[in-house]
Amino acid sequence: MAKYLLLKHYRRTTGPANLPGTDVPMDQWTPEEIDAHVQFMRDWAAEMAERGEYVDGQALEPRGTFVRYDGEGRAPVTDGPFPETKELIAGWMVIDVDSDERAYEAAASLSAAPGQGGRPIHEWIEVRPFYGEPPVVTE
Amino acid sequence: MTGDPGSDGLEDLLRELGPQVLGVLVRRGSDFAAAEDAVQEALLEAVRRWPDARPDDPKAWLVTVAGRKLVDEIRSAAARRRREERLQHEPEPGPTEQADDTLLLLSRCCHPALTPASAIALTLRAVGGLTTAQVAEAFLVPEATMAQRISRAKRTVSGERFDQPGDVTAVLRVLYLVFNEGFTGSVDLAQEAIRLARQLSAATDDPEVEGLLALMLLHHARRRARRTPEGAVVPLADQDRSLWDTAMIAEGVDILQAALARDRLGEYQVQAAIAALHDDAATAGETDWVQVVEWYDELVRLAPGQPVLLNRAVAVGAADGPLAGLRALEQVEQGVPRRDAAAAWLHEQAGDLGEAARLYALAATRAGNVAERDHLTRQAARLRNR
Repeated sequence: MAKYLLLKHYRRTTGPANLPGTDVPMDQWTPEEIDAHVQFMRDWAAEMAERGEYVDGQALEPRGTFVRYDGEGRAPVTDGPFPETKELIAGWMVIDVDSDERAYEAAASLSAAPGQGGRPIHEWIEVRPFYGEPPVVTE
Repeated sequence: MTGDPGSDGLEDLLRELGPQVLGVLVRRGSDFAAAEDAVQEALLEAVRRWPDARPDDPKAWLVTVAGRKLVDEIRSAAARRRREERLQHEPEPGPTEQADDTLLLLSRCCHPALTPASAIALTLRAVGGLTTAQVAEAFLVPEATMAQRISRAKRTVSGERFDQPGDVTAVLRVLYLVFNEGFTGSVDLAQEAIRLARQLSAATDDPEVEGLLALMLLHHARRRARRTPEGAVVPLADQDRSLWDTAMIAEGVDILQAALARDRLGEYQVQAAIAALHDDAATAGETDWVQVVEWYDELVRLAPGQPVLLNRAVAVGAADGPLAGLRALEQVEQGVPRRDAAAAWLHEQAGDLGEAARLYALAATRAGNVAERDHLTRQAARLRNR
């Protein structure tokens, strides 16, 4: 088993482009469409838990702040300026599955969450493997 | 088992007995999943009752109680009341055959229909007698997740029949995976794998079981030298050999020799032979690399695969020089885990430090765990700063 972090983004500045017409902001959906989307996410997590593959997940606020040490005795420097719009992570899930293939399959099913008009939003989900425990036998 | 069963070894006793009772029920033809539930209930009953009055034959008591729990599943509430009355009396002891049960249970829990993760979880719970919480802790997942994984696994094997309980190949594979899971929770999985292999060894007549047991002992004996107190990786050649457990090495070698004498060679016996040659050397320089290579040739014949060819190339490098090792490495496909690290080491031995540093850094980006990544990054930095 290996753990994977699935990242949902509010906004990406890197990576592949979205499918045309699929990245309509949520505030332009109907309330029912939003409910359906949220319910889909809950069902997805419940289904993963039922399979014994769900570890944890949380939604994140949009205000991601970059902080930097700026020398002894000085106030930390927070945020920008950024040459491009910065990335914003909307939330994360951790799953524990048998293979890369299974992780991608789970991420793809999460990406099929319904959006405007009940159609899948085809959202890009970032899949990042965790480092594991070193095996006993390495030599 | 939940709660705190208290002192005087009750918890250990129940952990020992639970799998044996399950084995008896399964051998008598009970449905696996239902039997497992019944055993858990019987263990709870024991936790409640035994501190006051421990039965003369605890195992027979549990078999009887679990058997009744099973029957309860298909009986009415009225029968349930009668059972509670009956339970006031001590159950009669029954016959038990532990050796057969161990193999039967292990075969069931390591069934090929299960994914490795499910087989490991089910084995630890049903044969190892660990609680779901302990298994969850070992794999760093929530208890609810592990409970689901185990109950899915139970359902998967519930309808499966086992016509060849003598086929231990799948069991050995799962035990070796358990051994390699290492140590993250309150339970030492390496020791647990060794314990289960000992049980299996008593229950079967296959020298490969002894081969695996010897292999695990010979690796486990080096445990204290394998990492620094801070958790950094120490390669075999740099290990402080005075930290090796010589008694465990001696036991591993004895078991291996007895297995080899039976002349039914298999991959675990060969791997154990290689481990024994490493454990036998007083210093890394005294390792009998020529014999190590011969055993790897045997392993290539018995269980060919990319990791075997990779390890063989490293051994060839040590026996016949780095250039011979690099030639052997050409048989190993790109992208095989640790190929870059092996190539880096061989290039360093050959004196090509720039290429070695580049390959160590590349290997670090492909490491599967932090300890190994840090080790490889340090190797690259060491060569770059010369």
